[in-house]
Amino acid sequence: MATQVTVKILRYDPEKDKKAHFETYTVEADPLDRILDVLNSIKWYQDGSLTYRRSCAHGVCGSDAMRINGRNRLACKVLVRDVGGDAGKKIQIEPMLGFRILRDLVVDMDPFFEKYKSIKPYLINYEDAPASSERYQSAEDREIFDETTKCILCGACSGSCPPYWAGPDFVGPAAIVNAHRFIFDSRDQGAAERLSILGEGEGVFRCRTVYNCTDACPRNIPVTKAIEQIRRAMLYNR
Amino acid sequence: MYHKFDAVVVGAGGAGLMAALQLVGKANIACITKLYPSRSHTGAAQGGICAALGNTEEDHWEWHMFDTVKGGDYLTDQDAAEVLARDAIERIIEMEHMGLPFNRTPEGKIDQRRFGGHTRNYGEGPVRRACYAADRTGHMILQTLYQQGIKENVTFFNEYHVMDLLINNGRCVGVTALEIKTGELHTFHAKAVIFATGGFGRAWRVTSNAHACTGDGMAVAYRAGIPLMDMEMYQFHPTGLYRIGILLSEAARGEGGILRNVNGERFCERYAPTLKDLAPRDMVSRFIYQEIKEGRGAGPNKDYVYLHVDHLGKEVIDAKLPDITDFARTYLHVEPYKEGVPIQPTAHYAMGGIPTNIDGEVILDEKATVLPGCYAAGETACVSVHGANRLGTNSLVDLVVFGKRAGLKAAEYCQQNDWESLPANHEARSKELLGFVNAGASDGKRTEIAGDIRKDLQNSMQDNVSIVRNETGLTAQMGKLQELRERYGRLRLQDTGTKFNTERMEALELGCLLECAEAATKGALERKESRGAQFRDDFEKRDDVNFLAHTLAYRAENGGVKELRYKPVVITRFEPKERKY
Repeated sequence: MATQVTVKILRYDPEKDKKAHFETYTVEADPLDRILDVLNSIKWYQDGSLTYRRSCAHGVCGSDAMRINGRNRLACKVLVRDVGGDAGKKIQIEPMLGFRILRDLVVDMDPFFEKYKSIKPYLINYEDAPASSERYQSAEDREIFDETTKCILCGACSGSCPPYWAGPDFVGPAAIVNAHRFIFDSRDQGAAERLSILGEGEGVFRCRTVYNCTDACPRNIPVTKAIEQIRRAMLYNR
Repeated sequence: MYHKFDAVVVGAGGAGLMAALQLVGKANIACITKLYPSRSHTGAAQGGICAALGNTEEDHWEWHMFDTVKGGDYLTDQDAAEVLARDAIERIIEMEHMGLPFNRTPEGKIDQRRFGGHTRNYGEGPVRRACYAADRTGHMILQTLYQQGIKENVTFFNEYHVMDLLINNGRCVGVTALEIKTGELHTFHAKAVIFATGGFGRAWRVTSNAHACTGDGMAVAYRAGIPLMDMEMYQFHPTGLYRIGILLSEAARGEGGILRNVNGERFCERYAPTLKDLAPRDMVSRFIYQEIKEGRGAGPNKDYVYLHVDHLGKEVIDAKLPDITDFARTYLHVEPYKEGVPIQPTAHYAMGGIPTNIDGEVILDEKATVLPGCYAAGETACVSVHGANRLGTNSLVDLVVFGKRAGLKAAEYCQQNDWESLPANHEARSKELLGFVNAGASDGKRTEIAGDIRKDLQNSMQDNVSIVRNETGLTAQMGKLQELRERYGRLRLQDTGTKFNTERMEALELGCLLECAEAATKGALERKESRGAQFRDDFEKRDDVNFLAHTLAYRAENGGVKELRYKPVVITRFEPKERKY
């Protein structure tokens, strides 16, 4: 049953605007439509200049992380009815905090990916792999880092983290989650290198345990718990 | 801006990344992608990647090869199927060594599960062949290959949209691409170009494909004079979420999930007594179509059926199918622990694409003449390893097997050849296309809205070029596509900006979709038989006398299909037989 939905979007065009401003749109939408469908409807039929990233439209590519009613969410994983849009509530959409705005809802993700790279997000193993078979790993060992393999690098966690907003050099929760994925993989031998990187000033001890990251993660990764486990690993290492 | 590299890989999904990794250390390479690598649609693949490892029960690559050939309704080139089934084993091991976190057996080996159309001993019954990482296998492959790219310092040009393929003196010499952030046109001068740009599922209304799957690489190659092969062979996956088409993996049925109609009947066993719900996708999609047509669909419009996993128990669902059951909760507010999930077939995969040989070299005609320096791999390519219908998991196998082979061949080519010069006015065609699109924002006579053209394209393809086709619908569709092409010529835009102008990019993507849709429709119209994904209710039988051949579609200078030619199928081990499951 289609209803009228009101959406307030923070707009910024570097070629025209001195500063960002809100614009309000009214769109016909179904309660089961995604917020991404609503944005598409505005872009395709009202204002072609509205700018945002999107790709898979079902929460696995991580392109469309943005602030929806003040919380970082993927626009393709929130339905109109999840935020009361069909019950007359206004929906407010803004780019994520903690990133430079390039245009409208599009933010500069390059520093985010640089931080990801800084924790060496690849398997490190100094021994030769078996010639024609896999490395064995028990189902229990595989389970230990299962949660953190789910990360899609959308940035919702880092963009909801107060220390990440305050300090541009903090690696942020997303990079830590990906370090966890390898540190706790029984096949990996790079834990010491990564723990040393994360033990520095801009590493895990910047975390203030506010759980915003855990709340923001669209993949339900227990981010704060992963950070805690890394801190504990460091303490035991010393 | 001008760039010079030994090789340029276009696309950073599974095939592009695998290809790029082969060039590391041998050639100076650039990998350009219109997204970020980790956003590529490979990441949406769920259920598994098949290889005859035999970790949980007896299996042989010959069985995998046979299933691939039979699954493809004998349009599969058998030399390619042999390579796929043999190389799959090494590639899985290679990716495990790279760190891919597969699920494990009790003794710590890679675990394997059942998947549609994959059988033991040439069709006797289902076999456990699909290696998997929960139901996010594609995500883990994409992450792992991207991580290797980071480790190996591959140069990525993120958010660059490919515009044109450059050919000079009969050799491929590079591409042009639009930098989305700045609006600047770049020329990548190279000895070798590898296309790995994915499929064109966005030509249909109900699709599992990302917004980004708009057939860019296929269209760019097609415009440059390369034919497109078997474009009519487009797969509808049986289990898309009702109305929106998000994929629910075949792994759900591999783990024991069952399809039921409105009466609660397990209808697949009526059509495919041996494999039942695990018959190949083209068939199961037709079973669903038939149930709905005969009034046994569910819901107010009787237009869907149910996928049940509730009998598997919470533990199995949470361990092996967590993502797809989450999709049902998020998007339909249905609880799979307790109830059936409404599903309908969804546009999923292009078996066709840019024709290549088994080394990923792009070919130009029915004699397999190679275009030197030009390579393609993955969904955008047509080796043809999937024939008329791809088996589940074989897309991921294809990416890594043929991505690797294309990369290796390109590396060899780069080491043996020098740069050919760029053609005169090498940016002219790109600038003309950009000029046309940009003028839509200032020319008052341009009144057509991209959203309307896209919607008309998707609705008409859904009606006329989907699971069941016929002369009437396909002829109507050819007319419709011509109309849409004319309307596209009067496209209006609102965004006059140069930086991050995504309206312009979407307009370019729509142009690519129209090219692919036309080649697909024309191929389907002229293929007067039923084979795999191509089911014609006016020609219900497979016709091996006239159509045991690949369609090659050539584009006319000013748009539209100029001619179709046919390339014989390579048959080595398995003579075509009737396909029963």
